[in-house]
Amino acid sequence: MTRRLTATDIVAGYRPDLPILHGVSAHLDAGEVVTIIGPNGAGKSTLIKSIAGLVKITSGIVEIDGADRTGTPAHLLAGAGVAYVPQTGNVFTTLTIRENLIVGGAALPKAEALAQIDRIFDQYPMLATKQSEKARVLSGGERQILAIARALLTSPKIILLDEPTAGLSPMAASELFDLVRGLVADGAAVLMVEQNAKAALKMSDRAYVLAEGENRIDGVASDLLENDEIGRIFLGARPEDVT
Amino acid sequence: MILQHTADGILSGAIIGLGAIGLSFTMKILRFANFSHSELLTWGAYFGLIFVSVATAMGGFGGTFGPLSFGWPLILALVFAAVATSVLALLLHHLIFERLAKVTGHMTMVFASFGVALLLRNAVLLIFGADPIYYSNTLQFAVLLPGNVRVLPDQVFLLALTIVVVIALHLFMTRSRTGIAMRATAESPDLARVSGVNVNNVVRWVWVIGASGAAVAGVLYGLTVQLRPELGFALILPLFAAAILGGAGSLYGAVIGGLIVGLSENLSVMIIPTTYKPAVPFLLILAILYFRPQGLFGEKK
Amino acid sequence: MIGVISYLIFFLILALTFGIAVMGLNLQWGFTGLFNAGVAGFLAVGGYTHAILTGPARDAVFGGFELPFVVGLLGAMLASGLVAIVVGLVTLRLRDEYLAVATFGIAVSIQLVAVNWEYVTGGTLGLIGIPNPSKGLADGPLRQNAIYLGMVVLVAVLAYVGLQRIVQSPWGRVLKAIREDEVAAASLGKNPTRVRLESFVLGCALMGLSGGLYVGFIGFVGATDFLPIITFQIWTMLIVGGSGNMKGALLGAAVVWGVWTGSGFAISKIVAPEWQAQSGALQAVLIGLILVLTLLMRPKGMIGEDVHVSRHAADTT
Repeated sequence: MTRRLTATDIVAGYRPDLPILHGVSAHLDAGEVVTIIGPNGAGKSTLIKSIAGLVKITSGIVEIDGADRTGTPAHLLAGAGVAYVPQTGNVFTTLTIRENLIVGGAALPKAEALAQIDRIFDQYPMLATKQSEKARVLSGGERQILAIARALLTSPKIILLDEPTAGLSPMAASELFDLVRGLVADGAAVLMVEQNAKAALKMSDRAYVLAEGENRIDGVASDLLENDEIGRIFLGARPEDVT
Repeated sequence: MILQHTADGILSGAIIGLGAIGLSFTMKILRFANFSHSELLTWGAYFGLIFVSVATAMGGFGGTFGPLSFGWPLILALVFAAVATSVLALLLHHLIFERLAKVTGHMTMVFASFGVALLLRNAVLLIFGADPIYYSNTLQFAVLLPGNVRVLPDQVFLLALTIVVVIALHLFMTRSRTGIAMRATAESPDLARVSGVNVNNVVRWVWVIGASGAAVAGVLYGLTVQLRPELGFALILPLFAAAILGGAGSLYGAVIGGLIVGLSENLSVMIIPTTYKPAVPFLLILAILYFRPQGLFGEKK
Repeated sequence: MIGVISYLIFFLILALTFGIAVMGLNLQWGFTGLFNAGVAGFLAVGGYTHAILTGPARDAVFGGFELPFVVGLLGAMLASGLVAIVVGLVTLRLRDEYLAVATFGIAVSIQLVAVNWEYVTGGTLGLIGIPNPSKGLADGPLRQNAIYLGMVVLVAVLAYVGLQRIVQSPWGRVLKAIREDEVAAASLGKNPTRVRLESFVLGCALMGLSGGLYVGFIGFVGATDFLPIITFQIWTMLIVGGSGNMKGALLGAAVVWGVWTGSGFAISKIVAPEWQAQSGALQAVLIGLILVLTLLMRPKGMIGEDVHVSRHAADTT
């Protein structure tokens, strides 16, 4: 199993004197879908943002495909096979769908980027039909698809998703999870933050539970589904109660 | 009379619009109100003057173009001014604004821009003196248009060039990957970064385009009005009005905003005393900030 | 010896006069986070009001009430305060940089009025013959200036003490609360908008007072007395002094005024005669350079910023 990503003892935050993560570790292997869950303020988003290069890492190491990439600027990480889809503001609403994808290919040479755009359009015909429309006219679910499609343009090996099903109906969420599962078929790996803990655990391979900027539990997702400890970490509720 | 004012307003608005493009983009992408941007118009105009003077001294490049007051030297001066002003803007960015942006908040940058404006304006004053100068002494005869409107041939050139520049910029922003990346960065720098856009490069392009627009505006102003050290300073409020009216970060916004400012200023003399004309852009600023702070084409935050 | 003392008195009068304006700006920026880029305008309003109230009658010009000096100063404060209310109601809801642009525009507009509204302001000629109360109390410029200095010191001390009281009062605590967490303060029933307006108006009133004192000392006022460079000077004084406390404001005023006059003096001595006419521009370049370099080398920039950075820390887009 190729190890795609290793994050070791990450200390990070928006301000150097106010760290949100106090030494978090995680890893990701090819073909895996790994979920990060935890109560609000646990630092889940901060973790993937720091891996993506948006939040400064004060100490700790991020290794991607075996190479130390700690502190690498976000745009170079994007070129190195790391894709990040934020929770909000994840499409360029003032740009057309096609232009969104063009931006997604910024790290690629022009010809290759155009070829990849065609590939994406084949995979997601909905986007092709609406390609000249501004992204702001899309529905919530359609935007999610565009957001992920944009990230997939570079055929990334590591896909970081921040609450991909937030705001989606249960049906749309389920479809999105199917899409996410499909992403790892070719050896990519997905690391996602989810509030929809139960549903996420059901379709993931492994999971990490974070609280207050630290690792609490991790392991095989199906095991964690039955773990009572998690309920306590989520302020006394049982995993089944967390939706 | 109203048609003449309208014509004057459009011409004045063209200059303001070109000058405001850079201001609009730096406000959106760098998130600070750059009070020194107007000085790039001044420097652009004077860079043009240097080129024209040198070219003419070296024996000109043939005469003037028909009814226009200039020949090749001015055309080339436009290019030279754009390049030189871009270099100046990049220097200011790297030496001052970029460094400050890393360690301080944006209000410090606003204050620094005051200081930079002071420096730039007074440097021109020191080097060239306070008197108004002109690119050439050629007299022009006004062209009579329908509706009793008089325009100088140079002013027609101004309008034509502005249209060309705006179309070129439009094509750049919509057809080239850099242009699209710029628009993406204007909307969300972080999303652009994780998409693979080198935002630092985009910022440099923003300065170059903004400075070039300012330089062209400055030369055109010098051509159709006059060159003087306070050229830019007199345009600060109109430029801000255009940028804010149009919505920070919008190309069309800056240009249309500029036209609106130019028209308002020139048409206002029909209701208020001419001496108070400079207050019109300011009133526009207050109005737009009160009713629609994001401007015509901006996005509500 | 007398020359030095005489110069020192002259120097201190102006330094303290500006210092009052700097304290007003400190209240607005250091304590309330309002970036007022139109300081010169409020000084102008105060200066002209004082001139109109205390000056002698003039042909074709409004005013000439020949009211006492103190009334002139109070009138100056009132006038600036009133203008500030109007300005504040319209602009205080705006974000920082838009407030800067709006207040800058205010100052430009006030300048425009000063130049054009001849009936009230005397237009480009200005208003002359403004009475200096020290002239009636002593003989000779040295003694008169010493008395004027005494008056300015008194006013500055009053302003200082007053401001310290206000800042430590319950109102001042609300100000602090708003600065640190506006949402929380609002939810506790405090009215941030109103408090900000009050701070803005008070600060501008002080600037008006400063303008009045300035005009009363110089004896005349013209449209070129309150150009944007004054705004820049006052801000520089605030930055050098460190925006956070009123003592710093006064100190900054003295230091920057010293550098300004010192550089003017140095330029007049060092620079060749044919460049003298440009001495104003040379001074501006020098001061601009010093300021920009200081900002670059000072790791945290303007001190007042730290407090406000925390408000925007979450804005990392």
